Parts: sequence; C-alpha cells; structure tokens
Amino acid sequence: MTTKPRTLYQKIWDAHVVDTRDDGTSLIYIDRHLVHEVTSPQAFESLRVAGRPVRRPDLTLAVPDHNLPTTARKDAEGRVLPITDPESAQQLAALKRNAPEFGVRYIDATDAEQGIVHVVGPEQGFSLPGATIVCGDSHTACHGGIGALAFGIGTSEVEHVLATQTLLLKQSKSFEVRVDGQLGAGVTPKDVVLHIIGVIGTAGGTGYVIEFRGNVFEEMSVEGRLTVCNMAIEGGARAGLIAPDETTIAYVQGRPYAPRGEDWDKAVAWWNSLATDQGATFDKTVSIRAEDIQPTVTWGTSPEDTSAIGGVVPAPEDFADASKRDAVKVSLDYMGLTPGTKLTDVEVQNVFIGSCTNSRIEDIRAAAAVLKGRHKADNVKWAIVVPGSGLVKAQAEAEGLDKIIVEAGLEWREPGCSACLAMNPDKVPAGERCASTSNRNFTGRQGPGSRTHLMSPAMAAAAAVTGRLTDVRELVG
Amino acid sequence: MKAISHVAGRAIPFGRKNVDTDVIIPAHWLKTITREGLGKGAFEAVKKEEGNVFENPEFSGAPILIAGDNFGCGSSREHAAWALLDMGVTSVIAPSFSDIFSGNAFKNGILTVALPQEAIDRLMEVAQTDPIEIDLETQTVTTRFQDRYRFEIDPFRKHCLLGGLDEVGLTMAQGDAIAAHEAKARDSLPFLAKTPATA
Repeated sequence: MTTKPRTLYQKIWDAHVVDTRDDGTSLIYIDRHLVHEVTSPQAFESLRVAGRPVRRPDLTLAVPDHNLPTTARKDAEGRVLPITDPESAQQLAALKRNAPEFGVRYIDATDAEQGIVHVVGPEQGFSLPGATIVCGDSHTACHGGIGALAFGIGTSEVEHVLATQTLLLKQSKSFEVRVDGQLGAGVTPKDVVLHIIGVIGTAGGTGYVIEFRGNVFEEMSVEGRLTVCNMAIEGGARAGLIAPDETTIAYVQGRPYAPRGEDWDKAVAWWNSLATDQGATFDKTVSIRAEDIQPTVTWGTSPEDTSAIGGVVPAPEDFADASKRDAVKVSLDYMGLTPGTKLTDVEVQNVFIGSCTNSRIEDIRAAAAVLKGRHKADNVKWAIVVPGSGLVKAQAEAEGLDKIIVEAGLEWREPGCSACLAMNPDKVPAGERCASTSNRNFTGRQGPGSRTHLMSPAMAAAAAVTGRLTDVRELVG
Repeated sequence: MKAISHVAGRAIPFGRKNVDTDVIIPAHWLKTITREGLGKGAFEAVKKEEGNVFENPEFSGAPILIAGDNFGCGSSREHAAWALLDMGVTSVIAPSFSDIFSGNAFKNGILTVALPQEAIDRLMEVAQTDPIEIDLETQTVTTRFQDRYRFEIDPFRKHCLLGGLDEVGLTMAQGDAIAAHEAKARDSLPFLAKTPATA
C-alpha cells in the first residue's frame, strides 16, 4: 500500500482527529494540558458555575510560575513565606484551591519540581514526542522541541480542554525553515532562532506551523531545540516542531511521567515513524546558511529587530516598508538609541538570565562558563540568574555553578517566569536597559519603560561582565 | 456568550500595526481572577502618549476598533479580549489578526473583520467623523458614504457568533465521539492515552 508522503505535523494531526466538520474545522484530541495560575482561574470558575468536571485530570498538570517571587520561599525555620502582593497571592491561592477541587495534579510553589511550566513539562516527561500539548501560554510552542505539536491557547480554550480534552481547530499551513551548515563558535540555539525571526519577521509564520529542519537542528541538543521552538510564536507561528530522533528518545527515557515497559517500546516505534516523509511538501520554505548566523541581539521593540552583534543601530530609512520605518522610529525613540551607534557601545544596567526560553541547565552552564573567574561591571546594577525549575537549580548547585554566578556578583534566584514579563517583583526600572535571555522585547514588557535587548545566555553573561552589549567571542575564544 | 449580528457606531481609528497583547493589556493587569474591570488597563501605555486617540471623548465607548496588520500578536492572554469588551469594543477591523487573538476574540463574542489595507485606510478616514456599520449576516462593512466592503468569516464561527452559542456545550454533546477516540488511542497510542499512575 502506498500513502501520500506526509509531514511530521500532518502525521501528528492525523493521529488526533476526533471529528472533521464540513467547514474544514476538526475536533482535535489533546494529550497533555499544562495549567498555570494566570490563565486558568476564569476557566475553572466557568466549570464550577456550569457544574462541569475536568474530563481527564490525569492528563492535566498544574504548576504556579508567573507570579512567584524569585526570592526565598521559606524562612530559616522552613516556614513558607507569604506572597506580599495581594493580587499575586490571590491568583496563586486560586490555583492551589482549584487543582485539588477538580482532581488535577498540582506541583506547589515550594516543591522541588516546581518551575516554569515549559521547563517542567519536558523535564518531568509529561510532554512527549508526537503528543498534542496545550497550555494557556503562547510559549507552549516550546514543547515542539521534543517533537510534540504544542501551542498556546486562551482561557476559553483552557476551559474547553478541561471540559472536553479537545479543541476545535483548523489545520495550519506548513512552513519549512531549514538551517544547514556549520554554526560558528559562540553561536547558540538562541542566536539561530533570533536570526530566523529577523529573516521571516514576526508575522512570517502567521497561519503556519513551522518545522525546523536541517543538520543544525539534528545536531542540536533537546534543550537547544526547546529554545528554538519556544520562539516560533515570535515568528508568528502558533507552533514549531523538530522531528523526534535518537537524541529526543534518550532525553525522554526514564523521566517520571515517561512511558515504561511495553508502552515505552510502542512509543519508540511510533516516534521513529513520525519524521517528515521523503517527498512531502510544505506550503512555504525558507533556507538559511548556518555560516551566516552570528551571535545576535535585538535593538528594537519587536523580536524581528535583530542584528549580528558586530552591527550598528539601524536608521528608519534602512527599511523599505513605510509602516516599518514608522515603527522603527517609535521603537528607537523608546529604546533611546541613535542610528549608527555600534551595538557593542550600548551600555546595560540590568541582566536577566532565565525564562522558558533559556533557563535550563545548559543555559546556566553557558552563562557560568563566561562568568567563571570574572566579575560583573560596576554599571550593571541588577543581574539575576533564575533557573527554570527547582531541579535545574539543584543540578546547577551540584555542579557548583551557583557559586561561580554569585562570585561574579550576580544573584542566584528561585525558579519562575520572573523578569521575562515582570508579573512578579522582578522588574527592570524605566529607562534602563536589560540584557535579557527572554523572548520578548516589547514596550514595557520587563516593567513600564524598560528597554530589553534579547540575546543568548552566554551573551547576557558577557554583557554582565563588560557592562555593555558584547560579542561573547571576545571573552571566550 | 452574547450573540452578535450587527455592530454600528463610532470606530476608534487606532491604525497601528503589530499591536501585541502586552500593548492591549500589560502583564500587571493579569492578576485578576475574574473577567471584568480590565477596560481601565486597556492600552495603558498608549493612553499616556500625548494626543492619543483614546483621549478623544468622541471615541469613548465606541464599539469598533480599527487597527493595522497582525493585531493581537504576542502573548495568548485572553485578558486582551476581555479588556476590549470591558471598554465597549465588540468588533475589531484590521488587515490581519494573530491566530491566538482571533480565537480568543471569537470565544468572547468579539467580531474580528479582516479587510485589505486600502479599505482600512478609507475606514480610518471615515472614522474620524462618522460611524461605521458592520453586518455579520451579509458579511459587510458600510459607511454613509456608500463605502461597502465584504469580509470573509469562517462559517462555523459565524453560526456561533450569530447564535451566541457556547462552544464547550456544543463539544460536550460530542462526548461519544471523544470517548471512541480515547478507546482507540488506549489501544494504538497507549503511551499518550495515559500517564503512569505512580508518577
């Protein structure tokens, strides 16, 4: 029997169709649902009002991350410290109350496994290759790094999934982003994805699911792949995918929620069949040479505003599109930057290493490798390293990375979303710059008036050391 | 969800491109556990700009917002839709919308109307002085100057919006099909159909 060659996306989609309607929408089964405190209270409330249960609490996992302060959560006697912001406290309390009421597994703020939902999912083996995964958070795209079809949803959809374990979806178009060749020294997965967004633009992937293909992704660690897929949403795509392979399977094996025994063998066989077939076609393709990617930073207020670190701040006139010219004008004004300034002359006062994009153990190691034996510059007033989970924190401490970080004058914090979106007390002051490993440089994202420059953990560590945007290759050869 | 069929009134000529949901409602407003009261925080940073369109009293409570390309990009926060509703906006007209935002808008009975940039330019002009009408049944946007633009909308979404239908209830009625899928998956994809009990 011959079947039409299919993409990875098509194969996962096909395995999850419950029903297809005449208008082309499909009811898609959801295998794993991650829940956090910000986008779930109204969903649980609606269920309560309608008297509806959670259909599959066993496929649902709740963990608080956005609101949690990253300072100590317990005092010296082990007593849990209260959350001082009353609104944050109320939202965290709502999740802690809702999860047991609806029978949903819950990881508490003080549990060793707590962390950013997109770090916890893969780390626990809750997120699996080939699965459909949703969460009320746009960076759910992250889980595509292990070959899952994962995307962010709004609160009404959270309610829909809680009640029915399904979503009504229209299939997206397919977008192949290829990166082939040899990445240069100092060029990390974050640089790869920032460069890609610079090429395709923030709306380049709208209506598409991106599959990242090419030897660069094949040779990348799972953690690197999670970083790349995490930012697919910044390129407008609801989901990013990288085919599961031996690297993925080795990563998943033995994790707490990973399948075992006979189920494991079945899983591996299926995962090995998921890669895009030879001859399958994509609706759109972009190819990038790995050699063209340099350590990359953003200069503006859109993630597409990227430049190699060796570049200069562009001028509005450098852009062909009239509305982009206007946007650049506004953005340079907000960022306090003058066209023609060398990026390496831009001083930073804050450094944030963390977020669901870059807070895994490899990220902490990369930052520590740059910080080792060095100290942050005097003009850097605030520099924090926020591990993605309690387990990442413990691992880093076992390797002595926390000591390197603290000796370099940076703060070593408790896990959470932190200054990525500044819902907790970690904020960048107005008018100040932050070298940040997060995913969005939007106006006011890290606090009202904050100015964000996105980059990799190694580059952020280099910026901490010199007090300005820096080519990490000048520090470590 | 409230049914929606016809929206008529003043339209806020906002016009900006790539308006992300951090602009529509900044993160510090997301700590609420209800859907109400977010209008106060809507476009908070824009409202601080001198001469911004939101400070013009003529547009206070206007039911329509006109924006540029890629409206609602960024974070998946449904608070963006709730904030628009709370400020009285029940329809947004733009050349394109982010996927997540258009879903969130629909689920809250906000009609998103995608029109080409030329039409947006013309409506931005009309909106300065006159009202705009949107009719979902005929899928048209009209003005008193004989402008008439037809827009496309997914038939299922149209049906739900016109009837104010609750999507969760509609899907729950398909419980048998969902159960059948689960039974099949337990056999063919058992590793996805369950999580280890002891995890």
